[in-house]
Amino acid sequence: MNDPTLFGLCGATLVGLGLYGLLCQPGALRKILAFNLIGSGVFLLFGVIALRGGGVLAAAGRGIDGDPVPQALIITGLVVAFAATSIAVALLLRLAETSGRTTLENEAPPAPSLPGERASRPDGES
Amino acid sequence: MTNALIVDAALALLVLGLALWVIATRAAYSAVVGFVAYGLLMAIIWVRLAAVDVAMTEAALGTGLTGLLLLGAAARLAPYETAEFDRRPGRGLRVLIGLLCAAIALGLAAVVLLLPAPAPSLASLVADNLPPTGVGNPVTGVLLAHRAIDTLLESVVLLPALIGVWSVAVDPAWGGRPGSLPRPPASSALTLLAQVLPPFGILVGIHLVWNGADDPGGKFQGATVLAAMWILVLIAGLREAPALSERRLRVLLVVGALVFIGIGASGVWRAGAFLAYPEGYAKPLILAIEAVLTLSIAATLGLLLAGPPAGDRPIRKTS
Amino acid sequence: MDLAALLVTPFARLTELGGLLLVIPLMLPVVGLLLAPLLRGRWLGGGLLGRFTLLLLLLGLVAALAVATAVLTGDEALKYYLGGWLPPLGVALKADGLSAIMLLLSAVVILAVGVYAQREFQVPPDASETRASLVFWMLLMGVWAGLNAAFLGQDLFTLFVALELLTFSAVPLVALDGRAETLAAALRYLLFALLGSVLYLLGAVLFYGTYATLDITLLAERISGEPALPPAIIAAAALMTVGLLAKTALFPLHLWLPPAHAGAPPPASAILSALVVKASFFLILRLWFDVMPGALTPMVAQILGGLGAGAILFGNLVALRQARLKLLIAYSTVAQIGYLFLIFPLAARAESAALTGGMLQVVAHALAKAAMFMAAGLIAKALGHDRIRDLGGCVRVLPLTLLAFGLAGLSLIGLQPSGGYLTKTLLTAAADGTGQGWWGLVMQVGGLLTAAYLFWVFGHVLFAVPSTPAMPLKRPGRAQELVVLALALGALLLGLVPPALFDLVGVGRAGLEASATVATAMAGAFGWSKLWGDVWPLLVVGLLVLGMLPWPDRPAGGSPRPATTSLSVSGHWAAVLGTLLEPADRGLRQWPVAGLSFLILLLALAAAISTGA
Repeated sequence: MNDPTLFGLCGATLVGLGLYGLLCQPGALRKILAFNLIGSGVFLLFGVIALRGGGVLAAAGRGIDGDPVPQALIITGLVVAFAATSIAVALLLRLAETSGRTTLENEAPPAPSLPGERASRPDGES
Repeated sequence: MTNALIVDAALALLVLGLALWVIATRAAYSAVVGFVAYGLLMAIIWVRLAAVDVAMTEAALGTGLTGLLLLGAAARLAPYETAEFDRRPGRGLRVLIGLLCAAIALGLAAVVLLLPAPAPSLASLVADNLPPTGVGNPVTGVLLAHRAIDTLLESVVLLPALIGVWSVAVDPAWGGRPGSLPRPPASSALTLLAQVLPPFGILVGIHLVWNGADDPGGKFQGATVLAAMWILVLIAGLREAPALSERRLRVLLVVGALVFIGIGASGVWRAGAFLAYPEGYAKPLILAIEAVLTLSIAATLGLLLAGPPAGDRPIRKTS
Repeated sequence: MDLAALLVTPFARLTELGGLLLVIPLMLPVVGLLLAPLLRGRWLGGGLLGRFTLLLLLLGLVAALAVATAVLTGDEALKYYLGGWLPPLGVALKADGLSAIMLLLSAVVILAVGVYAQREFQVPPDASETRASLVFWMLLMGVWAGLNAAFLGQDLFTLFVALELLTFSAVPLVALDGRAETLAAALRYLLFALLGSVLYLLGAVLFYGTYATLDITLLAERISGEPALPPAIIAAAALMTVGLLAKTALFPLHLWLPPAHAGAPPPASAILSALVVKASFFLILRLWFDVMPGALTPMVAQILGGLGAGAILFGNLVALRQARLKLLIAYSTVAQIGYLFLIFPLAARAESAALTGGMLQVVAHALAKAAMFMAAGLIAKALGHDRIRDLGGCVRVLPLTLLAFGLAGLSLIGLQPSGGYLTKTLLTAAADGTGQGWWGLVMQVGGLLTAAYLFWVFGHVLFAVPSTPAMPLKRPGRAQELVVLALALGALLLGLVPPALFDLVGVGRAGLEASATVATAMAGAFGWSKLWGDVWPLLVVGLLVLGMLPWPDRPAGGSPRPATTSLSVSGHWAAVLGTLLEPADRGLRQWPVAGLSFLILLLALAAAISTGA
């Protein structure tokens, strides 16, 4: 057992934990947290792969080890995950404001009102 | 078992314990606090994995800004939590899902143990192709030269996300000032912090971007620090958030990616391919792109946290 | 120089650009997206942003046509290396026949939606922009950018970013009207799509860990050289497939689709059903046909085909029970997505017919569904609601719209010469040819069920008396109606396209004779016996459905009594079916249950792939 393998197992466990949270916790905010956990587990696995692929640059005296391509891709992934979290939080906060609920269960069949009505009416009306 | 391995094992156990806390704890606010601690430990793990650029990005963006976003949300959603808990799926379903998740985690663990050794890698290929790009940090080289399209698309991805956040506003408030940042009561400590810290923060941010060409760092890390300084100033009330219909703000948001595309397009004539850099001009062009992109990304990240334009609206309680 | 030469020469120059041509469809929508926040005000009688977008969409159509022409005439895929860096270090773009078809399809459908939406998202004279108009036009371009990147990209990670761009642009469109239901639907869509994306990313990570490359061509080379699939690749394939299935909303992972597609504004629903779900399906095709064709074991194929069949039957049956028109159309999408997955069991030994049929289904469904959603939008705007029961009497105001709706429906049913007919004929022939005739039977039943709910809708339109007194009816715009009609006619007349053009499907792919299969399929299409053989089951279904319609009594004086369901035999059967299916659908659409299905599917697929490894 060495470092990369240890952290790889850690990453696999994080993915499993995050999956459980995403599927079983009713509140949308907890689901968003769980999604971030899965994401960080996946990035950890990628980082382990980056470390395993290293050794070349250290040998060349550049000081930094590890395969730079996965590291670059992880950075991109972190940014995408942040963007996803911000959209989700904005939708959730607005949902809580308009309907008072924060779970995703199926609602009652919607009332047969205007399907494409835009929210040009002032807020506060139900 | 070497000392390093013991330290790593301790880190891994702590991280797993915190992740379990995030999933299992009852209150959302404490889950988010656990998540922030988890993120900081992850940043240390990244350093242990010799990925310093990633460690900085994780600490700044993955933990810092995300944590701030989620803390604010948890605070605002606290009234609805008991209703949430009552809607948990039944025990049988949870056990079944738990078993399957455990099976998947075990499968993944087995796959990790069976990854090929010696590990295949692109490190030598990157090292060979780094000198033409002029930069010394291989991660920056990959991000801005070899796989520039990913960086371009990812900068572009932030824009629909921002519009998505803006879209939940109500029509009368459109174009106004964003309203999601907390405004704690005026306190001398906060005001002092917001007056003293930002100049240093801006220096650090610029340093991170400038240095990222040859050492760990880069535009995302620098942009996050700049955005954080701006948010600090807004929270302390030293400045008002700009109105979202302001033309200068809009230009700031898009100029980075537009410059990136422009330089990439000029590469078609000067260097033979879209997103290629002409001989000898690679490093100054890369630095130029990074500089402008940092400003745009900083503005976008800050606005993502500042939320949709808002009038003053109370949160409706559950009936 | 005459006009023809003036138009043709720049086009010819475009096609000669070779690989560089691919950068145009990739970057055009991105530039539009970036310029959009700066374009305020009015121009040519409408919002500046809307008009500018329309211009950009026209340019995009020209670019897509150029790509398709270049690919078809050159008979090989176009390739481009971004930045001049070769894979595995750099990222490549590739346009084979399938990409060219999808690029062209997106350009056409989004242009149609752009024309339709000019009137929907107008900027009033006194404002420089409105929330709805900026959000819609920007996210439309975001969707277009994500689609083009997904169709052209050759790198698994670039495809991930493209998918995320697509999702982030599509989700806020669902919640554009700001009601609580659409916000919940958008959040559900986002979270389930994120579940799919993150597991797709995990799959890509495992691919990199095994081969140190994410380029599709290189991966295909290295995988085909292996005697047995490594465990990491088995896991990666299962993870990526199930993740993409979640984003494609294949039964039983369809929980998010009906409320999201029904709740979005009509132009957005059109884009979501026609194109957004097809992008993740396209990536599944890339994975199984380009990266690892040898790994498509019979077990995997039967699982995917079985889910597709389930989608066809389930989606159509639940659609029958809907009270709202937009929900009915959304469930119809759930069903039509199932046809796409019948490619997999048929591809092993009848690849030409299967792949051509599948692509035809993608194109025909996109055109027809976009037309249907936009028509439903016009109906809803004119009547003020979209309850099927109260649709009576709108023929006077919306003749063209209803004609378009009906023609699009004929394509979904599969009547000649529509794209749907070609799909069914090709796939049924492939099924019979490979000894799996049950897929053909499923498609027949699916067609009859589709006919049933279309007759249901039209029965109400033509014969029912609306229960609420007639409100002042607003006419739709002429351009809107014409665009909807054009799309519907496109779907209906797809079979009349010269067979030689179908060779586009096979470009970049060895041994595919698409034009021959299409020519055979269309050869007997208009024979009297064939026509009658296809039409009489539809007439039977029509009669059954008409028997179920509420027939209002006409008393001597006074207003008609409220309509009641007739107690015919068909009415009883419908009620029984409803009591069985609706709880099933409600159960499947609960988040934990859908999650459970997701996990079971993941493990099942991993097991199925490893049986063949």
